[in-house]
Amino acid sequence: MLPQAFQVRAAGKETPDTFTLTLAPHNGDHANSFEPGQFSMLWTFGVGELPISISGDPTKEDRLVYTVRSVGKATHALVSQQVGSSVGVRGPYGVGWPVEAARGQDLIIVAGGIGLAPLRPVIYKVLAERESYGRLVLLYGARNPRDLLYRKELVAWSRTRDTQVLVTVDYGGLSWRGHVGVVTTLFKFARIHPERSLAMICGPEIMMRFVTRELETQGLTRDRIYLSMERNMKCGVGLCGHCQYGPYFICKDGPVFTYRQMQPLLEKYEL
Amino acid sequence: METLEGIIAGHPFFEGLDPQYLALMVGCASNVRFNANTYIFKEGGEANEFFLIRAGKVALEVFGANRKPSIIETLGEGEVLGWSWLIEPYIWKFHARTMEMTRAIALDAKCLRAKCEENHDLGYEIMKRFASLMQRRLEATRFQLLDVYAAR
Repeated sequence: MLPQAFQVRAAGKETPDTFTLTLAPHNGDHANSFEPGQFSMLWTFGVGELPISISGDPTKEDRLVYTVRSVGKATHALVSQQVGSSVGVRGPYGVGWPVEAARGQDLIIVAGGIGLAPLRPVIYKVLAERESYGRLVLLYGARNPRDLLYRKELVAWSRTRDTQVLVTVDYGGLSWRGHVGVVTTLFKFARIHPERSLAMICGPEIMMRFVTRELETQGLTRDRIYLSMERNMKCGVGLCGHCQYGPYFICKDGPVFTYRQMQPLLEKYEL
Repeated sequence: METLEGIIAGHPFFEGLDPQYLALMVGCASNVRFNANTYIFKEGGEANEFFLIRAGKVALEVFGANRKPSIIETLGEGEVLGWSWLIEPYIWKFHARTMEMTRAIALDAKCLRAKCEENHDLGYEIMKRFASLMQRRLEATRFQLLDVYAAR
């Protein structure tokens, strides 16, 4: 439960309000290994602690990478950390994406906005062990072109074999050459085989509800659809109860759940 | 060589259409091609056609005073461009501009409306397909209006 001091090794701007931080232990040790979809509690000293999904490559054990959107005082303090400064790290915590169960299957990854960050480790893993997985379909939506994350990697991923990368924005200026429309409008261009596919979705909850409906229309069963949920996580280990969602603690039982688990809760107005 | 009838039958929008309706529609159809950056139609113009896109990409644009023009939707292969031809007063509501070279089948609206009036079964079949298309686009528009990626 005690945070370990990590040093900020690199900090890069992804979009006008989103930054990627690379952290490594001060003492030169390996960072704790993680599973794609897990998160850490990051502590900006003197400000506070936040749950942030790990967005880096799971095979690179000397570092932990986080992509953070600056939306409030705590996230602003975190993304303002300079190279060389210290950040407290607890974790990794939680249940991640079912990357082992997905071996031999096609993967449909649907991301909205900063929701691509927790899914990027899955993409790294699949591309690193390409023979172990079937087709990879990435459908990614953002608000507008300047809010797209990891632009160079999107291009690189689209050039790898058995990989289809489709990107859209909700609103495009006249200079935008790509697709315009909500992320669900990309499904008509995706080549999906529901009987041998697993879907992984991360984004705003409303977006995930639209996407799950579309995936069901495409023929995927609820056990084959996984969502990463977000609630007010504080302790990170299921003790404090802040992130309770129905019978689950998002931090300990999730953040990744099957749609079969989440569907009854997602449709409850009160939750 | 592909016939117009074959192309229409192979377009996703008219998948499974009864051959008797295809035969009626083909008389209203023509092959068209637009170079990149060409306006297919403009807001306020008469909606005298609709298009089954075979290849390429088309942007629906909107503009207004004191704001930059923006693209509200793009349409590509296998999609339908235009439904204003079906609903009075048959006026386009947006600009449609090709983003790349685009090939399509154009369906003459006056010709098809006349055939739908003569043959209500054909009219109902077409209306059902457009109602489904409108439902999907309305849902997408509502999703878009929610602006789910905006900072809260």
